Amino acid sequence: MSFFKQQGAKAPQKQAVDPQHQPWVEKYRPKTIDDVSAQEHTVAVLRKTLTSSNLPHMLFYGPPGTGKTSTILALARQLFGPDNFRSRVLELNASDERGISIVREKIKNFARQTPRAQAVASDGNAYPCPPYKIIILDEADSMTQDAQAALRRIMETYARITRFCLVCNYVTRIIEPLASRCSKFRFKPLDSSSTSSRLAYIATSENVSVTDDVISTLISTSHGDLRRSITYLQSASRLSASTDPPTQITPSDIQEIAGVVPDTVINDLAATLGVEPISGDATSRRANGFDEVRKKVKGIIREGYSASQILSQLHDLVIEHPTLTARQKSRCALVFAEADKALCDGADEELQILEVGLRVHKALSP
Amino acid sequence: MSLWVDKHRPRVLDDLHYHAGLSARLRALAASGDFPHMLFYGPSGAGKKTRIACTLRELFGKGAEKLKIDQRVFMTPARRKLDVNVVQSNYHIEITPSEVGNYDRVVIQELLKEIAQTQQVDLSAKQRFKVVIINEADSLSRDAQAALRRTMEKYMSNMRIILCTNSTSKLIAPIKSRCLLVRVAAPTTEEMIDVLRHVGRKEGFDVPDKIAHEITEDANGNMRKAVLVLEALKMQSTDLDKPLTIAKPDWETYCHKVGDMIIQEQSPARVMEVRAKLYELLSHCIPPTIVLKTIAERVVQQVDESLKAEIMHWAAIYEVRMRIGNKKIYHLEAWVVKVMSLYKHLFYDINMTDFDD
Ligand SMILES: Nc1ncnc2c1ncn2[C@@H]1O[C@H](COP(=O)(O)OP(=O)(O)O)[C@@H](O)[C@H]1O
Ligand SMILES: [Mg+2]
Repeated sequence: MSFFKQQGAKAPQKQAVDPQHQPWVEKYRPKTIDDVSAQEHTVAVLRKTLTSSNLPHMLFYGPPGTGKTSTILALARQLFGPDNFRSRVLELNASDERGISIVREKIKNFARQTPRAQAVASDGNAYPCPPYKIIILDEADSMTQDAQAALRRIMETYARITRFCLVCNYVTRIIEPLASRCSKFRFKPLDSSSTSSRLAYIATSENVSVTDDVISTLISTSHGDLRRSITYLQSASRLSASTDPPTQITPSDIQEIAGVVPDTVINDLAATLGVEPISGDATSRRANGFDEVRKKVKGIIREGYSASQILSQLHDLVIEHPTLTARQKSRCALVFAEADKALCDGADEELQILEVGLRVHKALSP
Repeated sequence: MSLWVDKHRPRVLDDLHYHAGLSARLRALAASGDFPHMLFYGPSGAGKKTRIACTLRELFGKGAEKLKIDQRVFMTPARRKLDVNVVQSNYHIEITPSEVGNYDRVVIQELLKEIAQTQQVDLSAKQRFKVVIINEADSLSRDAQAALRRTMEKYMSNMRIILCTNSTSKLIAPIKSRCLLVRVAAPTTEEMIDVLRHVGRKEGFDVPDKIAHEITEDANGNMRKAVLVLEALKMQSTDLDKPLTIAKPDWETYCHKVGDMIIQEQSPARVMEVRAKLYELLSHCIPPTIVLKTIAERVVQQVDESLKAEIMHWAAIYEVRMRIGNKKIYHLEAWVVKVMSLYKHLFYDINMTDFDD
C-alpha cells in the first residue's frame, strides 16, 4: 500500500500507548505469576520453577480468558528479565504462519541455537536466566496434525536447551505424542469471587464506581472468561463517562454490551410458545397457532438478536421453569440441542429459531 | 447519476435517522480516544455499513470518504495467487475475505501484519490507529478467525478492527470477547416511513401515506430495499397517484411459481419439472437458502394449519444438510419430495407417524 510507509522488515513493533487509552485487558494483564487470579495450583507449581533450573515442557489448556497466555508470558519475563526476553523466548500464535515448513525452519532454527549468554539486566534486578530457551506456541489447537507431528522430533532433539509451552483451549486437539511429553496444567473458568475481586480492583484503580448488581451482571454474562468481563466493564465505563452528564453504569448497559437479549423479549417469545409466565396469572398463557409463532420469530430476527443467544436464554428459561413437567422439559431440551448443532453447522438463523419455536410450542401443547 | 440510496445516504452520525441512542454512543466512543475493536451485527439493509462509514468520518474527518479501490495479490503457502479487492482511504481499509473462500486466513494474516507494521503516514491524522473493516465476518473460516485472535490483542496500538456481519452465531467466542458488540436492529415501520419521506423531500415530492406503507410492508425492515423501491415507483409514475404495484424480483416470482406447482400436483413427473426450475434459480446465483425459504413461505400459505409446522421443520432440516453437503440441488429436491408426500398423505388422510424419522 503506497500510502503506508513501511518500517522495514522488522517484526511488528509494539508502540508505547498512552496508558490512559490502553485496553484494560492489556493494562491489567498479570505482570508476575503471583498476579494471576484463581489458578492457585498452576501458580504454586510454576513458582517452584523460578528457583530451580529445571522446567518441563508444558501444556496449558482451558477456556478463553482464564490467564493462560498471561501466565506463560509472566513466567518467561520473570525467568529472563526484559533484556534476555527477545533472545530466549519465541512466541508464535495462530496469526503467525505455522504450517509444517515453518515448524521445520523457523521453530527448528530457534530450538537448536545454543542459548546466548545472559545479558546484564539493565533494570538492576537479578533474574534466574536458566540455560534454556522457551518456545511458546499459543493457540496451538489451530496447528495442523502434520505440523504438530513435525514438532515432536524437535522437542526431543533439543530438549536440553529448549522448552516448549503449548497453549490451547482443547487438549484433545493436541496429538497424543506431543501431549504426553508435556506437564499439563488445566486453567479453570474463573470463579465468581475471583472475578468479582479482580473487577473491583480494576474499577477502583480506574476510578469507576460500580454497584454490586453491575458486578454480578458482569459475572453472569462472562461465564468465567475474565477477558470478557474486563472488556465489558471498560466499554460500559467509556459509554457512561462520555454521556453528558456522565451516568452510572447499570446492569442493563452490561447486558446490551454483552449482546444479551432483554428478559422482556425472551419472556414474550416464551409466552407465545405457550410457556406459562413465571410471574403473573396462569390465564395469560396464550393459545397460538403457526402464524402467531412465525410473526413473533420474524419480529425478533428483525431486531437483530443473535440466534445462539436467543436459544441459550430460552433454554435456561424452560429448563428452570417451575411448573413445566419433566417430560415437557425433556422434549424441549432435545429441540434446543438439535438447533444448537444446526447453528454451529451454519444453518439459517430464522429457520432454526422458527423450528425451535414451533417444536417447543408443540411440546407444550396439551 | 447515482441511485437515491447512495445519493441520500447519511454521511455523518448526526444525519442518521433512527437508533439515535446508538449514534450518540458511537460519537462518544469516537471522541473518547480509546476506540475499541467493534462488531456490528444485524439484519441486511438495517444500515450497518452506513453507520460504520459515519463512524469512520467521525473518527478521521472528511478524508475517510476519499476512497479508492485496489486489487491486491496475496500468495498462498502453496504459491497460488489470490486476487482480492480492497477499498481504502488514507485511514482505513475494507475487505471481504469470503471472496477468497478457504484462503481467507492467508489474506487476514498478510494484510493485518502489513498494517500492524506500518505507521500512519499522515501525521496530522486524528487517530494513531488505522481501521480494518472486515465484511461478512460470519463467513470467515475457523482458521481465519483463529488468526485474528491474538492479532487483535497484539497490535491494538496501531490498528482497530471493525467486523460487520448479519449474525454472531458463527463467530468464535474469543473473537466476540475482544470486541464491543453493536447491534443494529432493522428500523421499525415508522422509522422507515420517516426516511422515505426525507428522501422524497430531498427529491422535491411528498410520499403519499399509502405508498409509504406499502413499501415498508414489502421491504420487511430492509431500508436499502425500501429506498430502491421508492425510486423505482417514482420512475413508473411521477405523481405516484396511479395504482402502483411493487414489482417483485424475477427470482421471487419464479420461486412462488415453484411453490404453486408443488401444491397443484404431487407426482414424479412434477418433481422433474420442479427440479428444472430449481436448477434455473441456482444457475442465476440465487442463494439456495433464499430459494428454499421463499418456496416454503409460499407453500405454507396454501396448506392446512396441521401441515405448516411440519413443512417448516423439514425446511430447517434440509437447509442445514444443504450447507454441509456438496450438491445443493439434492437437498432442495429432497425437501420438495418430502413436502409432496406430506401433502398427499394428508389429503388421503393416512396416519403419518410411522414415516417420521
Ligand atoms: N487468572 C487471571 N488472573 C488475572 N487476570 C486474568 C486472568 N485470566 C485472564 N485475565 C485477564 O484477561 C486477559 C486475557 O487473559 P489471557 O491470559 O490472554 O487469557 P487466555 O487464557 O485466553 O490466554 C488478561 O490480559 C488479563 O487482564
Ligand atoms: Mg491466549
